[in-house]
Amino acid sequence: MNIRSQVSMVFHLDKCIGCHTCSVACKNVWTDRKGADYMWWNNVETKPGTGYPTQWEDQEQYHGGWEKDGDQPIHIKSTGKARVIPNIFHNPHMPSMDDYYEPWTYDYQNLFNAEEGSDQPIAKPISMITGKDIKVEAGPNWDDDLGGSQIYAANDPNLAGLSEQQRLQLSSVERLVLFYLPRICNHCLNPCCVASCPSGALYKRGEDGIVLIDQKKCRAWRSCVSACPYKKTYFNWFTGKSEKCILCFPRLETGQAPACFHSCVGRIRYLGVLLYDADRLEEVANLPDEELVNGHRSLILDPHDPEVIRKAQSAGIPDGVIESAQQSPVYKFVMDWKIALPPHIEYRTLPMLFYVPPMSPVIANFEDGLATHKMQGLFHGIDESRIPMQYFANLFGGGHEGVVRYAMGKQLAVRWHRRAETVGDVDRATADRFLREANCTVEEAEAIYKLTSLCTFEDRFVIPPMYREQAIEMVKEPHEQRAEAGFGFVGGPQRGG
Amino acid sequence: MSQHFFDQFLFVALPYVCLFTFFLMTIYRYRAQSFSYSSLSSQFLENKHHFWAVVPFHYGILVVTAGHFLAFLIPRTLLAWNSVPWRLYVLEISALAFGILTLIGLVGVIVRRLGSSKVRIVTTPTDWILFLMLLVQTASGVSLALFYPWGSSWFATNMSPYLWSIMKLAPDVTFVAAMPWVVKLHVVLAFLTIGFFPFTRLVHVLVIPNPYLWRKPQVVRWYSRREKTR
Repeated sequence: MNIRSQVSMVFHLDKCIGCHTCSVACKNVWTDRKGADYMWWNNVETKPGTGYPTQWEDQEQYHGGWEKDGDQPIHIKSTGKARVIPNIFHNPHMPSMDDYYEPWTYDYQNLFNAEEGSDQPIAKPISMITGKDIKVEAGPNWDDDLGGSQIYAANDPNLAGLSEQQRLQLSSVERLVLFYLPRICNHCLNPCCVASCPSGALYKRGEDGIVLIDQKKCRAWRSCVSACPYKKTYFNWFTGKSEKCILCFPRLETGQAPACFHSCVGRIRYLGVLLYDADRLEEVANLPDEELVNGHRSLILDPHDPEVIRKAQSAGIPDGVIESAQQSPVYKFVMDWKIALPPHIEYRTLPMLFYVPPMSPVIANFEDGLATHKMQGLFHGIDESRIPMQYFANLFGGGHEGVVRYAMGKQLAVRWHRRAETVGDVDRATADRFLREANCTVEEAEAIYKLTSLCTFEDRFVIPPMYREQAIEMVKEPHEQRAEAGFGFVGGPQRGG
Repeated sequence: MSQHFFDQFLFVALPYVCLFTFFLMTIYRYRAQSFSYSSLSSQFLENKHHFWAVVPFHYGILVVTAGHFLAFLIPRTLLAWNSVPWRLYVLEISALAFGILTLIGLVGVIVRRLGSSKVRIVTTPTDWILFLMLLVQTASGVSLALFYPWGSSWFATNMSPYLWSIMKLAPDVTFVAAMPWVVKLHVVLAFLTIGFFPFTRLVHVLVIPNPYLWRKPQVVRWYSRREKTR
């Protein structure tokens, strides 16, 4: 057993209101620069929808992630040792700016400087790349709230396997439905971007598992951009280097939550440490599709188990990190309650950002022109929800419904339980029956309710001590470090000649 | 006398200045400004014509450059190969073909950069100077292959001794001084390109990622234990 710690995340989609505050916080802190202008390390997508970059989940187009052919060990879909040199001049699966959007601003000065005339002056859109006028035809949120759209929602790759009737249902006006999917880098356990980098510029930090790109080692071979199935590594067109979400590590190291987490209005984001067994990564990444979600869970170790604690200590994990792992809200959602699921586990990168799938309204029946709904049982309510279970299975279950149904059932049972407690229009017996069907105790339901609805800042973000100062001490004399560090680049990250 | 001085300047002084600049500045830039070592790919900004320009250029110039190095390193072997006519023809025709491939690719690269407004934005004056140098160099190389046949042989007999004399710090310009002006242009421009090399995007040639072929897929960096990577 080779125990490592990983800063992990849960996004509770049932609480996301799609306000994009996270995206704006991230943009203002990290990507408001030339070359990074089109990047959204954090973005919020409307689902069903095509997302950013457009249809990123369609791996027939983008060739992201790992691929498994029969009994062969997994390989990177877009590249590999044999293909890296011949494909280095032209990356055959590289998305281009057209797949994202051309960033633009507005000619605001024209509002002040325009010649006097019979028309109101306008601020024309200007390309942030060329500085010329552009016709704005795409943006990072172009299909925001366009659930039901025949152009966007209907082309969501997650609709695969849905019947024609289910697809029609999703776009009919009375039953139209949408939810939001905020996305950042998943800081995967088996990151495809890292494995694809010819220069070895990408790496996972041993202490906390944050995936970073060494800007001084990146040579713009662009492999990571193609390889990441979530399209969360971006090519900076100005500096000629790839960049990605850094999980605000400078904030984490000083005990602050990442900017997107901190600013989240709906309080949907949770952050905490998970301990996992690195020796079993290869085995789990090679499991058959239907075993992936449970296999992924089986990597995560119980931080209360004395054996795990002992081995973690001998692996050099500090006591403070182990204690942090014991209080981790992520462990509760993913392991105790099993209501948070990894996105697209079939890409086999073993993402460490988990999503609590959102509840959607149930499909109403029409009786005498009035919409009514009578719920016969717990899972009846889930199967009748407006978003078909197969859709969620494609997104969060690797195509398999079981784990998603479990997570949804438990959430619904918690709702009925709380309704019986507070509103009183549901009798206790029904609520208890639903809890039993969902494999949930009253205590567990209360705990889920509290961490979902009444969570404080400290409940949501259990940030482990990172002991950076000690780590540096082992490599370098602290006084020496103090004299050398702090200025970063001399002259700023300029594009090479 | 002035011709002698001129030859000494072009084929002795200039090569040493260029070679010195190359080594000094390449190492300095790698140590002081490693951030600037990048292939500066523009594929992200323009992906429709990228393949048809960049791929022929790279394959062409790699083979042609490798050919020059072989003739420099193993001239006797090359002459032995060329002693049978059909082998000479095969070599010369392949060299010409890759030279033309380079030229087509290079023209493609330049046209693409002129044609795409986005790519033009990320093209610096240094790039344009470099493209012009490479264009003249490739064109002169192709014309040599066409109009001064069996270059592979006369490179081995005449140019290799000159280049070796430079390397051995005992410069001897006898052979190169007697060459036609196109050859002289090609030689001078070659050294100028070497001297200009560390100031351009060409430095990406030096950081080709061979370690990828034998490293393990995942990379982990420990700050508390520097040596351990997986």
